[in-house]
Amino acid sequence: MTETERAVINRLQGGFPVCERPFLEAGEKLGLSEDELIGVIRGLLDQGLLSRFGPLYHAERLGGALSLAAMKVPEAEFDAIAERVNAFPEVAHNYARDHALNMWFVLATETPERRRAVLREIEAATGLTVYDMPKITEYFVGLHFAV
Amino acid sequence: MPALDDIDRRLILATQAGLPLTPRPYHTLAEQLDLPPDEVMRRLKHMLDRGVIRRIGVVPNHYRIGYTANGMTVWDVPDERVDELGERVGRMPSVSHCYHRPRHLPDWPYNLFAMVHGRTRADVEREADRIAEVLGAAVRGRSVLYSTRILKKTGLRLQS
Repeated sequence: MTETERAVINRLQGGFPVCERPFLEAGEKLGLSEDELIGVIRGLLDQGLLSRFGPLYHAERLGGALSLAAMKVPEAEFDAIAERVNAFPEVAHNYARDHALNMWFVLATETPERRRAVLREIEAATGLTVYDMPKITEYFVGLHFAV
Repeated sequence: MPALDDIDRRLILATQAGLPLTPRPYHTLAEQLDLPPDEVMRRLKHMLDRGVIRRIGVVPNHYRIGYTANGMTVWDVPDERVDELGERVGRMPSVSHCYHRPRHLPDWPYNLFAMVHGRTRADVEREADRIAEVLGAAVRGRSVLYSTRILKKTGLRLQS
């Protein structure tokens, strides 16, 4: 990674302006021309160092609620159970984690009623207990990765 | 929260995968959507103000830039102190998400969750120790769960 790429990643994870020539304005602060900044961002995207460039939306304010749930899955059945859980379109993310509760997934549902209904359907499809862990309070969401 | 209207939804659909890499990206969007550029910019600013857009910028692929250790640190702290402590832990720079969630006794005694990203597990452990210092005597139990495999990651997309 070049120093310029590093600077763009470190300093442009937020605050990209909404104006007629935003790359010009953001580039000035980084000592880059408009074309240079566009080129650096395109290069970072092409290399896969960025997953995206643009607005990061707050899923819940778009009308969907996210909630976390976990299960204790017997190792021998792990892949088969993962397949059954992942088949639910409401399951947005699913991670294996090293704990007795070894499968953790995020549900995107529009209402708490729908969340509970999907969890019951997952319990029925897997024969396992789902530990429902909706957030009670969000203290912070956001992350700045330094490179 | 005021509902999003159809124009907002079209803007979200057009931008959730990214902004055009053109000198006037909002004008490019306006052309694609057949809207006046000023309206595109006004609506995006309004969504930023309302928190519908958390931020606009580069979104690093954290695995590709070296943050391969991701630890979900979980803590059992007294319920009457969880808000005060969660606010403090949420302000720590290494913490990306911090939530109060329900316990499931006896299997799951933890009520405070703080996601920590690092380059190595040793980094994550060090950050977990810093969180423990902030929590002090309130900690009755703790654990760190590392993700060992991504089983599904579709992301969240508004459906057209």
